[in-house]
Amino acid sequence: MTAKTLLELKNIEVSFKTRHGVLKAVDDLSLTVQEGEILGIVGESGAGKSMTGAAIIGLIDPPGRLSAGEIWFGDERVDEQPERLRGREISMIFQDPLTSLNPLRTVGDQLVETILAHMPVSKEEAEQRALDGLAEVGIDPERINAYPHAFSGGMRQRVVIALALATEPKLVIADEPTTALDVSVQAQVLDLLKRLCRERGTPVILITHDMGVIAQSSDPIAVMYAGRLTEIGGTREVLTNPQHPYTQGLMASTPSVDAKSFGKALFQIPGAMPKLDALPPGCAFNPRCQHAHERCRQERPSVQAGRAACWLLETEQEGAA
Amino acid sequence: MMRRFFQSDFFYAFTRSPLAMVSLFVVALMVLSAVFANFIAPTNPFDPASLNLMNGFTPPMEANMFTGEKFLLGTDDQGRDLFSAILYGLRVSLFVGMMAVGLAMVLGVLLGLIAGYVGGWLDTLIMRLADIQMTFPSILIAMLIFGVARGLLPPELREEMAITVLILSIGLSEWVNFARTVRGSTMVEKEKEYVAAARLIGLNRWQIMLRHILPNVLGPVLVIATITLALAIIAEATLSFLGVGAPRTEPSLGTLIRIGQDFLFSGEWWILLFPALTLLALALSVNLFGDWLRDTLNPRLR
Amino acid sequence: MLLIILRRLGQSIFVLFLVAFISFMIFRYVGNPVDNLLGQEATTERREALIESLGLNDPLHEQYFGFVIRALQFDFGVSYRTGEPVAEMILHRLPATIELALVSAVFAIFLGVVAGVYTAINRRGFIANTILSTSLIGVSLPTFLIGVLLIWVFAVELKWLPSFGRGTSVDLGFWSTGFLTVSGLKSLILPGIMLGLYQMTLIMRLTRAEMLEVLRQDYIKFAKARGLSDRTVYFGHALKNTLVPVITIAGLQLGSIVAFAIITETVFQWPGVGLMFINAVYFVDIPVMSAYLLLVGTLFVLINLIVDLLYLLIDPRLRDGQLRGAGG
Repeated sequence: MTAKTLLELKNIEVSFKTRHGVLKAVDDLSLTVQEGEILGIVGESGAGKSMTGAAIIGLIDPPGRLSAGEIWFGDERVDEQPERLRGREISMIFQDPLTSLNPLRTVGDQLVETILAHMPVSKEEAEQRALDGLAEVGIDPERINAYPHAFSGGMRQRVVIALALATEPKLVIADEPTTALDVSVQAQVLDLLKRLCRERGTPVILITHDMGVIAQSSDPIAVMYAGRLTEIGGTREVLTNPQHPYTQGLMASTPSVDAKSFGKALFQIPGAMPKLDALPPGCAFNPRCQHAHERCRQERPSVQAGRAACWLLETEQEGAA
Repeated sequence: MMRRFFQSDFFYAFTRSPLAMVSLFVVALMVLSAVFANFIAPTNPFDPASLNLMNGFTPPMEANMFTGEKFLLGTDDQGRDLFSAILYGLRVSLFVGMMAVGLAMVLGVLLGLIAGYVGGWLDTLIMRLADIQMTFPSILIAMLIFGVARGLLPPELREEMAITVLILSIGLSEWVNFARTVRGSTMVEKEKEYVAAARLIGLNRWQIMLRHILPNVLGPVLVIATITLALAIIAEATLSFLGVGAPRTEPSLGTLIRIGQDFLFSGEWWILLFPALTLLALALSVNLFGDWLRDTLNPRLR
Repeated sequence: MLLIILRRLGQSIFVLFLVAFISFMIFRYVGNPVDNLLGQEATTERREALIESLGLNDPLHEQYFGFVIRALQFDFGVSYRTGEPVAEMILHRLPATIELALVSAVFAIFLGVVAGVYTAINRRGFIANTILSTSLIGVSLPTFLIGVLLIWVFAVELKWLPSFGRGTSVDLGFWSTGFLTVSGLKSLILPGIMLGLYQMTLIMRLTRAEMLEVLRQDYIKFAKARGLSDRTVYFGHALKNTLVPVITIAGLQLGSIVAFAIITETVFQWPGVGLMFINAVYFVDIPVMSAYLLLVGTLFVLINLIVDLLYLLIDPRLRDGQLRGAGG
C-alpha cells in the first residue's frame, strides 16, 4: 500500500540577514508528508521546527525568508505563492490559544468569517457549519456567541482546532498546540486532534519539543537540530533504536519511571545546541558527539539510508556491504 | 567599562543611525554654546549700558544707517545684538529645562521608590495623586502653579523670582511619568533575593531603596528624562511666549519669539526667525534623540 | 457591572470636590481679596465691613461650602481687574472657545486616524515615511511657533487669512457664532489648524503605534494563517482593536485641547476663555483663575468618566473586571 505524498519539502532553506551575517534557521531540509499520517517534528527551542512550519504556509516573519529549495503540494509547486493554499488547503494552529483569538470578537464571528472566506456558501449555511464545527470539537454550540476570554485554555484550543478544520483542509500544521496548556488538558486536546484528522484522513504535521507528545501522537518522527534534519523514520523504530547520536542522547536523557532506572544518574548530553551564528563546520552535533571523527568535523553529513544524517551510518553500510 | 560601552549593541546601533548622531551633536553644540555664552557672544545684550538705541532694527549683516555697526543676525527694537541675545536666551531655556527635569526626576523617582517599596496606603495615595494630576495636561498645571506662586509673592519679587517659579512649575508638572515607571520596576525588584538578603542583614528602608533598588530601576529613567527634557524646553518656551514665563530682562528663546511676533507686520522678520529656528533645532534634536533612545532601548521592538 | 459604574462615579465626585477645594483655597488665600477690591488705602472700617460681607471671618468649612454652593449657582465672584462678574465673563467668551475646539477636533481626528492607519499598513512606503517625518517635526515644534509661522505665511506674506480675532460673529440668543459669516469662517481656519495640528500628529502616531502593535499579535498571525484576505485582516480585526485605545486616549486628549486653546487664543488674540485665563495669570486676577480652574477641572473629570464608561461598552473583557488602568 503506497500512500500518496501530499507535501514535499525539497532542500528548503530559511535564512535571515543579521549584523553577524546570514543565519540559516532551516538548512537544506527535505521531508515528505504522506496522506493520513501524523508527522512529528521534534527538537529543542531554536532547532528550526517552527520555522519549517512557517515556511510551508508562507508566514515567515521578515527579515527571514525562504531563500532556497522548493515546496510541493500534490503536483504543484507552492512556495512562490503560499497565499493560495493558506487557510484553505493547509491550515496552521499555534501555541497560545489565548492570543490566537481576537479578544474583541465572538468565537462564532471568527468561525463564520473563516468559512465565508474560503467556501462558497451562504451566511446561514456558514453559521450552521460553525455550530457543527463547535459541536465536533466538543463545545456546546450554545456558546457560539461567547467571547474567547470566557473559555478555559483547553476549550479555547478546541475552538482554534475548529477554526483550522472549518475549511476542510488537506493538511494541518500544529505548532506546539499543547505547550501552553495544563498537562491534564494536553492529552484531551491531542486526542481530539488525532481523532478528527484520522476521521477525515487529513495528515498533520505536529511540531513540538515535548518527546512525550511526539511519542504518543505521531508516526513518523523527524528530529531537527540546529536547523538541520538529523533523523527521520517510524516512531517506534526511531525511539527504540535511534541511529543518530543526538537522538540516542535524547532518548538516554529521558527519565523513565521504572525500577531499573532508580538510583541511576540522569544522563545529559554535554554542552548545548549551538547558536545559529556559531555553528561548527561539518556536522552541527560533532562537538558534543562521542563518536565524532575527522570527517564529521569537516563535511556536513547527508541523510544516510533514508534515516539519519550521520557519517557513522555510512561506514556501517559500507561495512555491511 | 568604557571599552565595553563602545563594543555594546547600543553603541553599534548609535553609530548605525545618522539621526541619532546628528541630533546628539546638535544638542551638545547648543549646550556648549549656552554654557560658554559669555565668551562666544560679541556683546552682553542685557547690560543697559552697552546698548545704543540707534542700533535698533538693523537687518542681519547690514550696516546700521546711524552707527555703521554690523550685527550677524541683526538687532531688535532696543538695539540688542540678536546673536548674543539668542545665546543668552538659549542659556536660560536650557537651564530652566534641565533644572525642571532634574526636579521632576528627583521627585518622581523618590516617590516612585517609596510607592513601590513601602506600598500600602502611601502607595495608594501617591498613585491617586498621580492619576489626578495625569488627567490634566502638564502645561495647564504648570500655568496654574505659576499663577499661584506669582500670586503668593509680593509684587516686587515677581520678576526676580520668575525663573525659579518657572522651574518649579514645570518640574512639578512632570514628575508622574518618572514615579509610575520607577514604582513598577521597584515592585518587581522588591521581590528579588538581593532585597531579602539586604533586609536580613538589617539595612533600613532608605538604605535598601536608595543603595540597592535604585541603581536597578534607573534604566528606563534615562529615556524618560530625555523625552521630558524636550517637553520641559517646549513648556518653558510656551510659558515665556505667553508672557507668563521668563521676563524680558532675562529672556529665554520663548520670550524672544514673543517679542519677534510683534514685529512681523512691520517687516523686521529676523527678530522672529532666528530665535525661532534656534528653538526649533533644539526641540527637534532633543526629541529625535529621545525617540531614538526609546526605540533602541525598548526590548520588545527588537 | 453596576458596581463598577457606581464606584467610578464615586471616584469622580471625590475628585470634583478636591478640585473645588483647591480652587477655593486659591480663591481665598492667594493674594489679598480685600486689598484687591478696595485698594490699599481703604479705611479700616470699610475693610472690616467688606470682610464681614464676604464672610472672610467665618470658619473654613463654612466658607468652603459657601463657595461650592455659589459655584453651583454659577456665582464665581468678581474680577479683580475689571470688576465684572466672572460668570458673565466666562459665558460671554465660551462660545468662541468651543467653536474653535470643535473645528480643530474634527480636523485632528479625521486626518489623524486616516494617516495613522495608512502609515501602519504601508510601513516602508515613501509617502508613509514622509508623513512620519513631518509628523515628528509637528510633535517637536512648540505649538505657538506653528501658530506664529502660520500667521507669517498666510496672513503677513500671502495675506489670504486674517491674523487675529474672530471676524464678524452672529448672535443667536446667548451664543455668538462665527460659523455664519465669511470672515468668521476665515478666521477659524488658521487657529483651527494650529490647535488641531498637535492633536492630529498625536492621534496619527498613536493610531500607527497601536495598529503596528496589534498587527504583531498572534490573532493577526492566526487570521493570516486562516487565509483571510488582507482587507479582512486589516479592517475586520486590526482596526477595531486599534481604535479602542485610540478612542480612549483621543478622548482624554480633549482635555489638552482646552490647554492648547489657551496658547492658540493668545497667538491669534482669539476672544475665548483661554485668553481670559492667561490674562488672569499675568495680572494675578485670582477669582478668574480660580473659576477657570474649577470649570476646567470639572470638564476633565467628566471627560475621564465618560471615556471610562465608553471603554466598558467597547471592550467586553472589562465588563467582568475593572476599568482600564487606574483603580487598584
